[in-house]
Amino acid sequence: MQHAALTKIAQAQVRTDLPVIRIGDTIKVHVKIREGEKERIQIYEGTLIARKNKGISQTITVRKISFGTGVERIFPVNAPVIDKIDVVRTGFVRRAKLYYLRGLKGKAARLKERD
Amino acid sequence: MSPGILGKKIGMTQVFRPDGQVVPVTLVKAGPCVVVQRKTPATDGYDAVQLGFMEYVKATRINKPETGHIKKAGAEGVRFLKELRLSPGSSDLKAGDRVLASDFKPNERLDVIGVSKGRGFASVIKRHNFRGGPGGHGSMFGRAPGSIGGSSFPSRVFPGMRMAGHMGTDQVTVRNLEIVQIDADENVIAIKGAVPGPNGSYVLLRRSKKGSGR
Repeated sequence: MQHAALTKIAQAQVRTDLPVIRIGDTIKVHVKIREGEKERIQIYEGTLIARKNKGISQTITVRKISFGTGVERIFPVNAPVIDKIDVVRTGFVRRAKLYYLRGLKGKAARLKERD
Repeated sequence: MSPGILGKKIGMTQVFRPDGQVVPVTLVKAGPCVVVQRKTPATDGYDAVQLGFMEYVKATRINKPETGHIKKAGAEGVRFLKELRLSPGSSDLKAGDRVLASDFKPNERLDVIGVSKGRGFASVIKRHNFRGGPGGHGSMFGRAPGSIGGSSFPSRVFPGMRMAGHMGTDQVTVRNLEIVQIDADENVIAIKGAVPGPNGSYVLLRRSKKGSGR
């Protein structure tokens, strides 16, 4: 069992303002980027292909095709660098990790929309 | 101001700094501690405090001399005792005083002293960071230690030759660890980085002697 002090420190940091996202969804992640003194928001859009549940260290993997090359970014879900997450499109999938998309291109890599 | 505090390792987690940086931290249940004995130049020849970590402990687990020693300070349920030197002539802390996690502040530096995890009888790769040999292609080197000396001369193995043997359960000091957070209600200190020993082991947290302004 987890120690009460570990639970307490995790609960203080967990984010509740993010929407419910499911594997296969196309999402927009708004990332805060600091350039010197200025801070701006960069939007990263792609398919959510994996989620690793490790309590407060939970991460999501978002994959997109950028200029013909597959790009995957891993975000810590509870990190303050994430400004917000938008769900653009839902996806109907039957597994928890969509690593098979890495081997597919173009039309074959599409996902059906969830009803 | 107490020169240190006793604690019990809880486990590791991570915290986010406001700028988005992830910091690995070890949580230590630090205190409440009680000053069990105050050593003075008049009675002991030097200045020191003996701290005790307050925790429920069965009366049968402590022997009678120790029970009496703890009782003298007006404390009860004390498990882990350690002595810390004070600067000569210092007048703070008396027997019976409490030392709490709230006596410390974030950004201060601590030296953490604990007993490392026991590794049992470990061979040279784990114990002395030898590289080992190839595993295949008929090589019979594997994880073996290799040569330990000449045969006809000197006809013996030099003292101090690094070989397999017992590893772990040594006292280890990690210096200059930063305090990231303090939970004064629960007496929990979050220290940046790793701390020696398994979860649930007792550690001594001492204010860093040097480099605290780093």
